[in-house]
Amino acid sequence: MKQFIQGIIDNNQYQATHLLQILRQIQSHYHYIPEDAIGQLASLLSIPRTQIIGVVEFYSFFHLSPRGQYELLISDSITDHMLGSKDLLAYLAGKLGVAVGEVSADGLVSLDKTSCTGMCDQGPAGLVNGHALTHLDRAACDKIAELVKQQKPLEQWPGELFQVDDNILKSGLLLNQPLEQGAALRTVFRRGIKETLAEINQSGLRGRGGAGFKTASKWQFCAEEAETQRYVVCNADEGEPGTFKDRVLLNTYADQVFEGMTVCAAIIGAKQGFVYLRGEYLHLYDKLQNMLAQRRQNGLLGNDILGEGLDFDIEICLGAGAYICGEESALIESLEGKAGIPRNRPPYPVTQGYLGKPTVVNNVETFMAAAAIAVNGGDWFARIGTEKSNGSKILSISGDCARPGIYEYPFGTTIQTILNDCGAENVQGVQVGGPSGTFISNQEFGRKLAFEDLATGGSFIIFNTSRNILDMVHNFAHFFAHESCGFCTPCRVGTSLLQKQLDKIVEGHGSAGDVVALEELCQLVKNYSHCGLGQTAANPILTTLERYPDLYQNKLKEISYEPGFDLDAALETARRMANRDDAGAHLAQIEVNEHE
Amino acid sequence: MANKIRVATTSLAGCFGCHMSFLDIDERMLQLAEVVEFDRSPITDIEHCTNCDIGLIEGGVCNSENVHVLREFRNNCKILVAVGACAINGGLPAMRNHIPLEECLNEAYLDGIGVENPKIPSDIELPLLLNQVHPIHEIVKIDYYLPGCPPSADVFWKFLTDLIEGREPSLPYELVHYD
Repeated sequence: MKQFIQGIIDNNQYQATHLLQILRQIQSHYHYIPEDAIGQLASLLSIPRTQIIGVVEFYSFFHLSPRGQYELLISDSITDHMLGSKDLLAYLAGKLGVAVGEVSADGLVSLDKTSCTGMCDQGPAGLVNGHALTHLDRAACDKIAELVKQQKPLEQWPGELFQVDDNILKSGLLLNQPLEQGAALRTVFRRGIKETLAEINQSGLRGRGGAGFKTASKWQFCAEEAETQRYVVCNADEGEPGTFKDRVLLNTYADQVFEGMTVCAAIIGAKQGFVYLRGEYLHLYDKLQNMLAQRRQNGLLGNDILGEGLDFDIEICLGAGAYICGEESALIESLEGKAGIPRNRPPYPVTQGYLGKPTVVNNVETFMAAAAIAVNGGDWFARIGTEKSNGSKILSISGDCARPGIYEYPFGTTIQTILNDCGAENVQGVQVGGPSGTFISNQEFGRKLAFEDLATGGSFIIFNTSRNILDMVHNFAHFFAHESCGFCTPCRVGTSLLQKQLDKIVEGHGSAGDVVALEELCQLVKNYSHCGLGQTAANPILTTLERYPDLYQNKLKEISYEPGFDLDAALETARRMANRDDAGAHLAQIEVNEHE
Repeated sequence: MANKIRVATTSLAGCFGCHMSFLDIDERMLQLAEVVEFDRSPITDIEHCTNCDIGLIEGGVCNSENVHVLREFRNNCKILVAVGACAINGGLPAMRNHIPLEECLNEAYLDGIGVENPKIPSDIELPLLLNQVHPIHEIVKIDYYLPGCPPSADVFWKFLTDLIEGREPSLPYELVHYD
């Protein structure tokens, strides 16, 4: 083991900022992070053991105890549930002879759930040793169980299990006209750096991750910083359940994304860029590396790009299963090899980002759009969309519709138009912007896709009338409780309390005051949390409570109060151990004279 | 004297520290006694409460008897108050929640160092332990919460005088600020 780890550290030049990448290799080789490895890493990288353990415990894809040689994870996204993943998980557990969350006795296979893997249009989906599995059904599970049993190496598994489709079903402004390699950079050098920034400003481009900050302003603030060592970071950690458009953009339009990053580097004066790719998209890694190599060969990356004196290169860093790393300051922490805990802002990353230096962090789609604007000019972009939301938005559409996939629309398009295009019928409502976004009912389909109306990072999940909205809310509440980074109490404790209180109501233990208590809790978590995760974690409950109060009220009992757990069952251990079964050894769930 | 406000208090899985802190209102107790009459409480030795205005509960719920006492208070008190960290969160007794009850009982009565005549007590007079210690609001509806370990005498005073004088109780920042 010593030699193996020494080799990894050599390859990473003893850089503690590479800790995530180093741990990924160790996890993938040993299927956990052995105690001895942690000691060795601590001394080689000169960081405390506790810091390494903290990082291992923070990320879902790292483990302190062994996982199976075949580590199977099934996506727990609501979109996968809608495609039958719950039954499938139980079926797979039976086939493999291993319980969910456990490792088989022989150490061969482990099975668990994981947060949305970004395959919502081709689920039920999962991961095996980090590689994406799609279109899972019982036949596929049979096949997987057989392959595991035969201990076939992953390279020999049939390709169709790993088939990932783009499913681009509607192209618009950006998807219709991919750029030729180098076109944007050539235009930038011909037109001038300042003039290009002016074009991006003119375009009105706003960040595509969801928050919608004006891109040109961000770049300008960064360029104006006194500190000259600056960084460009592409946020490809799309973890919002229901979002998968960045996966498609990086699969088919990566060159244009890299070009956008290089344009940004030219404007802000950065020499180093990073793509923070979510761990779930491991299948894209080699392809992206090859593309970077090709760009270097063509003089579009590296020293003296296109002979214009620009030095810039891009590194790809893989995440390890943490939704919170989509938040830009948490992402930067993660890039630095630490746990992804959001920083206090201000200072914003444009002044103090990666390693404390000015850093621009933008979404994949933003860089892609910036490259197109650099070529076509600001007006080309600005003439599309609404007054406050220029250009187009690329949506990931999933859930109850005939044609899930990628759709590009001008801002200002109505929800009804989108539903018609993707073949959605009997729609009850749509979750726009993922769990942290808004749930809209079928009374609101005239609303528009726009920052000023319905903002979205790209997630668009459709629910038809056969669905129980509370199932969705339940799924989202559990998602947030799982993904809370644990830094601040309102979110760490609050998301768990939300989950518990919601479960109590959904499972039928709720009474009159419980919905009010739930709502108060929502306000607390929303108003007191440190970052966007906690501030939006209550949205699924709040937006559905506002639209469907009866759904919640109908779950309540006509009693003043009932415990949220089975009281009598909680005495079972003591009863058994004391060998008692008298009347005093039991408790009624509701006291008889408590009825009002 | 008629028309006094009736108050009951009890300690469930608590340490009586909250009660001690309550007594720290010192001479103000005389003022309180002019308008308040104590029903079931360690200070009166009354065994069961009847028709009270305010019930103060210290401690969480760790066994079946706690559940019965808590229900008795809920049924008889117009306003039920969770007093102190253990009633609100389970507190110190809830530290056992991380250890399975079976292990706790084995350690205490069977395998522990110094245990003589190892046997799990099984007298029907003894309340059985719940698997976990619960905050009281998970068993019955609670109207108010007094934070602190223990809440200071001034917290009790402010809260009770607010209620008695017909105001919505509110604790100023100084009284709930601990560092």
